[in-house]
Amino acid sequence: MSRRTRLLVFLVGGGVLAAAFVVGVLGIPGFGGSEHRYRDLAVPAAVAHRTANAVAAVNFDQRAIDTFGEETILIASTLGAVALLRPSREETVRRPPDLGHTLESTRLIGYVLMPLTLVLGTDVVAHGGITPGGGFQGGVVLATGLHLLYVTGSYPALDRLRPLLPFRTAEALGAAAFGVVGALALIGTGTFLGNALPYGSLGQIFSTGTVQVLNLVVGIEVFGSMVVLLAAFFEQEISVRKQDEEAR
Amino acid sequence: MNALVALCLVLPALAATAVVLTRDPERQAVTLSVFGMLLCLLLLVLQAPDVALSELGIGTAIVPLMVMLTIRTIDKDRRTRKSGEGTDKDGDS
Repeated sequence: MSRRTRLLVFLVGGGVLAAAFVVGVLGIPGFGGSEHRYRDLAVPAAVAHRTANAVAAVNFDQRAIDTFGEETILIASTLGAVALLRPSREETVRRPPDLGHTLESTRLIGYVLMPLTLVLGTDVVAHGGITPGGGFQGGVVLATGLHLLYVTGSYPALDRLRPLLPFRTAEALGAAAFGVVGALALIGTGTFLGNALPYGSLGQIFSTGTVQVLNLVVGIEVFGSMVVLLAAFFEQEISVRKQDEEAR
Repeated sequence: MNALVALCLVLPALAATAVVLTRDPERQAVTLSVFGMLLCLLLLVLQAPDVALSELGIGTAIVPLMVMLTIRTIDKDRRTRKSGEGTDKDGDS
């Protein structure tokens, strides 16, 4: 495609997008205000399914298929990044040196906060259906907590604590489980990712039906994804050396 | 819109400008993290705690860390190339 054609295609696409954007922005309700059409539909639907966290009801019940798409995007992009970052033929992986120089206070904060963050992450995943948070947020918190070990300066410890195979497996199984739950719901209710499990009373941890199950599998997948993704970056930065550099 | 919301709208805008104006990419990772934190505050004030939590995890921790690691990897690669050119003239490193 020549430069001229590319520019033409861009101008047509960009023009249509800009026009649609302007029309869309002119049509949105004002900032703040008390009229929320989406809320008026979503919140009663959430309460009907005993899901106290209306956002979780939207994500894992009313529009669970969107979340399924997003989880697939996450796993695909992690896969792509890891494939790009794998050591190439002229690079070798060697045992990383202990990084040493870390302030004592930084180490202390890292060691104290790591278990706390892991507990917090588990809590955020487990209570996704009833309090703010959920599988995605909790998974990210868990992965961040694990990497506090890097802040303490002990990369070898981090390396030992996170054997990658279980995390890779968790990532794949979490993503697959989402589809399996959806398919089981299809058999049970006739709707893919429909809320198939019985509801409890509003505000209880197991009150939300499949929302809780999906939260859990998403939490597992995101935790695995983030750890695998960051591990690829860490490996490039810390362990991988060019072979000719090794010889020098 | 009250004063708190207005303040929380202005702060991320200022921080975002600071990110753009930071020339050194390694420092940019830090300002990016600060921007993420302020954006998280805005989302919290706008009563979107779920989104705020995501922003806190991704925007202030994971993305700046990935940026930092990438920059350091590139720096390491550049240094290797430079020293390679210094030691052997016909090196293809």
